[in-house]
Amino acid sequence: MSSARPELSRRTLLKTGAVLLYGFHMPLAQAATAGFAPNAFIRIAGDGKITLIMPQVEMGQGVYTSVAMILAEEMDADFAQVTLEHAPPDEAHYANPMLGMQATGNSNSIRAFWKPLRTAGATARALLVMAAAQQWVVDPASCTTAASQVIHAASGRKLGYGALAARAAGLTPPATVPLKDPAKFTLIGKPLKRLDTPGKVNGQAQYGIDAMPPGVKFATLAASPVFGGKVAHVDDGKARTIPGVRQVVVLDDLVAVVGDHQWAAKKGLDALVITWNEGPGAAIDSAFIWDDIRKASAQKGVVAKAAGDADKALGDGDRLDAAYELPFLAHATMEPLNCTVHVTPGACELWIGTQIIARVQSSVAATLGLSPDKVKVNQHLIGGGFGRRLEPDMAIKAARIAQKVDGPVKVVYTREEDIQHDMYRPVYRDLLSASLKDGRIDGWTHRITGPAIMARFAPPAFQHGIDVDAVDSAVDIPYDIANKRIEYVRREAPLVPTGFWRGVGPNNNVFAIESFIDELAHKAGQDPVAFRLAMLEGTPRLKAVVRQAAKLSGWGGALPARTGRGIAAQISFASFIATVCEAEADENGEVKIRRMVSVVDTGIAVNPDTVIAQLQGGLVFGLTAALHGEITIAKGRVQQSNFNDYRMMRINEVPRIEVHLVKSGEAPGGIGETGTTAGPPSLGNALYAATGIRLRRLPIDRDVLAGRKQA
Amino acid sequence: MIPLEINGQTHQVEVSADTPLLWVLRDVLGLTGTKFGCGIAQCGACTVHVDGQAVRSCLLPAGAIKGRKITTIEAVGATPAGAKVQKAWLDLEVIQCGYCQSGQIMSAAALLASTPHPDDSDIDAAMAGNICRCGTYVRIRAAIKKAAGAA
Repeated sequence: MSSARPELSRRTLLKTGAVLLYGFHMPLAQAATAGFAPNAFIRIAGDGKITLIMPQVEMGQGVYTSVAMILAEEMDADFAQVTLEHAPPDEAHYANPMLGMQATGNSNSIRAFWKPLRTAGATARALLVMAAAQQWVVDPASCTTAASQVIHAASGRKLGYGALAARAAGLTPPATVPLKDPAKFTLIGKPLKRLDTPGKVNGQAQYGIDAMPPGVKFATLAASPVFGGKVAHVDDGKARTIPGVRQVVVLDDLVAVVGDHQWAAKKGLDALVITWNEGPGAAIDSAFIWDDIRKASAQKGVVAKAAGDADKALGDGDRLDAAYELPFLAHATMEPLNCTVHVTPGACELWIGTQIIARVQSSVAATLGLSPDKVKVNQHLIGGGFGRRLEPDMAIKAARIAQKVDGPVKVVYTREEDIQHDMYRPVYRDLLSASLKDGRIDGWTHRITGPAIMARFAPPAFQHGIDVDAVDSAVDIPYDIANKRIEYVRREAPLVPTGFWRGVGPNNNVFAIESFIDELAHKAGQDPVAFRLAMLEGTPRLKAVVRQAAKLSGWGGALPARTGRGIAAQISFASFIATVCEAEADENGEVKIRRMVSVVDTGIAVNPDTVIAQLQGGLVFGLTAALHGEITIAKGRVQQSNFNDYRMMRINEVPRIEVHLVKSGEAPGGIGETGTTAGPPSLGNALYAATGIRLRRLPIDRDVLAGRKQA
Repeated sequence: MIPLEINGQTHQVEVSADTPLLWVLRDVLGLTGTKFGCGIAQCGACTVHVDGQAVRSCLLPAGAIKGRKITTIEAVGATPAGAKVQKAWLDLEVIQCGYCQSGQIMSAAALLASTPHPDDSDIDAAMAGNICRCGTYVRIRAAIKKAAGAA
């Protein structure tokens, strides 16, 4: 064999299990040329092939399977024969109804698309039935459907959807279509096998980083290590002597090296001597940032929610005050940031996996001075999103580099660049005060201080000085408290860019609230479960899962020394979840998580096994942050660089995780981020039970747990 | 030219001897199933087999493996342990985003080939070098046990 690279642009249909999935890269949906396309989500060809177009992107949460299940359920399609395609950038047809833009985030794919997808499927089915009834000259009401066929039982006739496609395409959809009675669901609620996983066990799945347009070159980049810094001078003499290095691209704020492969590019980048104009950012460090947010949090905030007279109640009762703080976090998706771009005269083509395909298109178009329709975006499977790929910055940087390169170029961040040029989960500070009266909470104030990501990400959603995300799960605190006030102080982190991170606002609020509730239970001399149950009359679904979690976890049962259980309850992303963590802390402050039990009421679980998987993984994601996660700043630079100093939980640290689903007929809730919000408070409360030491900051401080340092 | 024996085929690749196997596989030969995660052998996403052993390809110079048999995720299904692991991974629906799973499967297949009935500590020792950011670890452990139990 020669060393020539094989042709990689092939678009091969792979037989993956029973389902056909475009394995090499899923093509963007094309306008239907024949057959039946009753709406933006469904195409039925004359040969019977059914293609479902995915408005939300697959990043591990199983959304391709659950979206396909909802469509196939209502249209009575043969689920084993459907084919999936990524939606193209097209806000008019594929905008997320809850976000008003094409975006996969906030754990709302199923919540947002539940009704539209069911209606789309039911409409397709109604038209196919009408077509069959016309052809047979029978009453449509006398027809039934199953497995991609219309059936007229009285005459024993059947027609496949493909045979009906042409006739159905000429019909006008009825004004309203009935949706299935959930009792008659045949797909929804079943733990079906995922459609995207067969190609992920044999190397065939295509992520953005795997794009290989013919003639592609490879690049890696260095942006200013100090946020806001600029390139002053680049000496590329040595880099140019490295075999395989083709080009050095110097822009005002970054430098990239282009090579025959990533190794040549990396060696070339390492060989550059770059002088940076660091700018004023070099004076910023973590101490400055914490001092800044602590000062800001001393000011009154905008009132996001109030009831009764919180100040009076705080003055009357037995009062407790606490401040909770969360650090910056990087996303550290396993697939490092990347984007492949080919800039040609008057046009541009991109290959990327993104949570915001239309915003990538418009951002790159603006960067290159093109109209959006001249920018073609090829969507891919995502190797971890967690909110990082809700930003277009990697595509913009790659496009700016590609402008200087002849032919397509794949820009791949090193892990170090990925961690040091993230858009970080912001630092937050929460001031909480409460008073107890007759063993219950009588007064409650909660002041949240932190950046307003929504003000940047979706300005229209930032109203009256309140970031709806930053106060999410705080304004709707589930406990029955007569007198309460929730305030928000907007404070942008000096220098450090911030963005959404799995769990978003509720991450901060559920941690602060559920830790503080635990403090109050102990102050009241009550069991933390009983204390919560007494204040959950207004939210019976939460009350039920708290009871169940206590029962299944053996709450109250004997445990070894320095071992404890902690509970956290939450209504976040419209799901009701209670989680019990069992953990131990040894004399040296080393923590071992022994067991996690989560009870989940998420309404109708479209694919129950996916819901369980999301809880299992989400808990690990949240516990990872609690155990290890902190990004710190020195001289304007991120100090962490790779998995050696920005640690992830590994298999040997992971406990037994038990997830129990409550059967429910309520509308589906969100699930992707709920485990992440549940992990840290349940762990903190377990460690308090184990040691008597309250941790009000994350990540957990082993020195504090060992008594070597004050909290 | 460096001769490399990959998945039963010999490739002559024109790269400097210090080029890590990872980039030869991905960028020169187009075998993109092997993933880049960290570049410093901390995450395991790039795991391949060299003479049946699990090795991080991101730090393995191409010049150091002449004459050694390399197996990647694209061909591990042709080995008995690899096929069992792939099946168990799908049966238990281990995978979420899937990006790390090439490496997880390669590590698990090497473990089962050398230790057909691993206990929890064997699994910890063999798999702790593979990070999964989606947190699929409980299913990885269960799937290895299931694969070990398969005839």
